[in-house]
Amino acid sequence: MDILYSIFIDPFAQMIGAPDLLVQTLWDGLVGGMLYALIALGFVLIFKASGVFNFAQGIMVVFAGLTLVGLYEAGVPAFIALALAIAVMYGLAFAVERVVLRPLVNQPDIILFMATFGITYFLIGFGEFVFGGDPKVMITDDLYLPKGSFNVKMLGGIVNFQRLDIVAVVVASIMVAALAVFFSKTRIGRALRAVADSHSAALSVGISLEQIWVIVWFAAGLVALVTGIFWGARSNVSFALEVIALKALPVLILGGFTSIPGAIVGGLIIGVGEKLAEFYWGPLVGGGTDAWFAYVIALVFLLFRPQGLFGEKIIERV
Amino acid sequence: MRAPGGSQGGREAVAGDILLSVEDVSLSFGGVKAVSGVSFDIRKGEIRAIIGPNGAGKTSMLNVINGFYHPQQGRITFKGEARPRMRPHDAAHGGIARTFQNVALFRGMSALDNIMAGRTLKMNANFFWQMLRYGPAMREEVEHRHKVEEIIDFLKIQEIRRTPVGRLPYGLQKRVELGRALAMEPELLLLDEPMAGMNLEEKEDMSRYILDMNDYFGTTVALIEHDMGVVMDLSDRVVVLDHGIKIADGTPDEIKGNQAVIDAYLGVAH
Ligand SMILES: Nc1ncnc2c1ncn2[C@@H]1O[C@H](COP(=O)(O)OP(=O)(O)OP(=O)(O)O)[C@@H](O)[C@H]1O
Ligand SMILES: [Mg+2]
Repeated sequence: MDILYSIFIDPFAQMIGAPDLLVQTLWDGLVGGMLYALIALGFVLIFKASGVFNFAQGIMVVFAGLTLVGLYEAGVPAFIALALAIAVMYGLAFAVERVVLRPLVNQPDIILFMATFGITYFLIGFGEFVFGGDPKVMITDDLYLPKGSFNVKMLGGIVNFQRLDIVAVVVASIMVAALAVFFSKTRIGRALRAVADSHSAALSVGISLEQIWVIVWFAAGLVALVTGIFWGARSNVSFALEVIALKALPVLILGGFTSIPGAIVGGLIIGVGEKLAEFYWGPLVGGGTDAWFAYVIALVFLLFRPQGLFGEKIIERV
Repeated sequence: MRAPGGSQGGREAVAGDILLSVEDVSLSFGGVKAVSGVSFDIRKGEIRAIIGPNGAGKTSMLNVINGFYHPQQGRITFKGEARPRMRPHDAAHGGIARTFQNVALFRGMSALDNIMAGRTLKMNANFFWQMLRYGPAMREEVEHRHKVEEIIDFLKIQEIRRTPVGRLPYGLQKRVELGRALAMEPELLLLDEPMAGMNLEEKEDMSRYILDMNDYFGTTVALIEHDMGVVMDLSDRVVVLDHGIKIADGTPDEIKGNQAVIDAYLGVAH
């Protein structure tokens, strides 16, 4: 009876008893979830437009962050380093299209998937070779990212907000909104959705798949850079960050592989769910829930909605 | 350009310059010979029908013309220029538009956006302005919306322009697809069974649109169609394929009386 009580009653009693702690947990979950959402968003962009499951998305986050900090350490002023990091992500997109996607077009999906493993190990090797393998500290000050935190009195208690987290949420929201407008209202955005819907029809109106691929990989690279900056600011910039990419998989299962809103909502659900589990149920199992709980959420969800939250059917490839 | 009515059951041949010529083209998929040694040409301003029983190689022929497939043998000359390994993008650039046998629309997008997608190559504000949705990019959107609205009026699909095309009935989907091709303002329009699965009234409408755009815009049309009545009424010249081989080529009247054509159609259950 004790067990049942501590699983099903006590956590909820705690939530109601200390609503300020609940809000704190939800907020922390939301911030983490937003970063998962950004990584998943990078996957979705590429998967929608090219049918490629990009295993390298997690590494792109690290690589982008590393490039930024590495250039800064080499003496480049922060904002120029930022511009150069953006240029490097463009160069990467261009190179991936030329060297990997174009020669492999019309190959089975599994071949392209394997090719993204190649990209992953290339980026790790290249990144370590150029910038060294030691963890680096994100240049938050030079990018004028705020530090510290403030407390808000609410619900009979205190909730603590990191200033950096607030900026991260704002920047990510702006970026997602900008992407949404771009995709729905411009010629290139329309072409992107067109490619996602039907390769052959897109080709027939003269859309160049090569150009679209460069654009989606670049967009995914930009998302990776933003993710890298904020995640790097919370911990460090190192290849250990790659493990957060593993969280993208449950997010994708939840949100569907082709849905941008799915990636975002899925990311938030996983982030919040994970934090709640860690805080309220974690002590019961001796902690460490963050390594696996996301998968439990995803698996339970799979049983009820195999196609994901906003699931669409898997796209066809020509 | 031509006298209305024309000769009985068909239209008078128009004697334009040659727009596209297909010479000795062969295409096979593994062991299957889809097209073998086919030659014909399409003249500027004409409606050229391509007919033949199921599996004759008609669709494969269109796919070769717009660069989806590259023939193992033979060559395609478009506007006097031989294009050995033309890609679909080049074909579209050169002024070749098409529709598909099994409707290929952008299902998640509205009819309007589908047709706008047909303007892709006509729009060229650069990436930077588009990101900002400002200046040249905005002006361009507005200007092309105008053109697209004209096409929407022409095809009488005003009421459905905001509807995601995946929800439209088949006949309307085919019309939107035609609109998208028209939005490219093509010189050569390839239509793969534009009337398949339509009722009589829809077929008449579609025939009207094809004739009108051929008359008003001077669009050259290559038309694959199974309905012989439609073929005879619309086309200036007809090429007949069977098992990947060209078995006849001529005016509708000549084709009607051609024994090889009659045999080919009788040999196949329809
Ligand atoms: N992508 C492909 N792969 C393999 N075989 C193909 C492919 N496309 C066409 N074929 C084969 O080529 C032959 C010609 O097909 P095609 O689609 O061109 O015929 P069609 O004249 O358009 O027929 P229908 O009237 O049924 O549309 C058929 O035997 C078909 O099975
Ligand atoms: Mg066909």
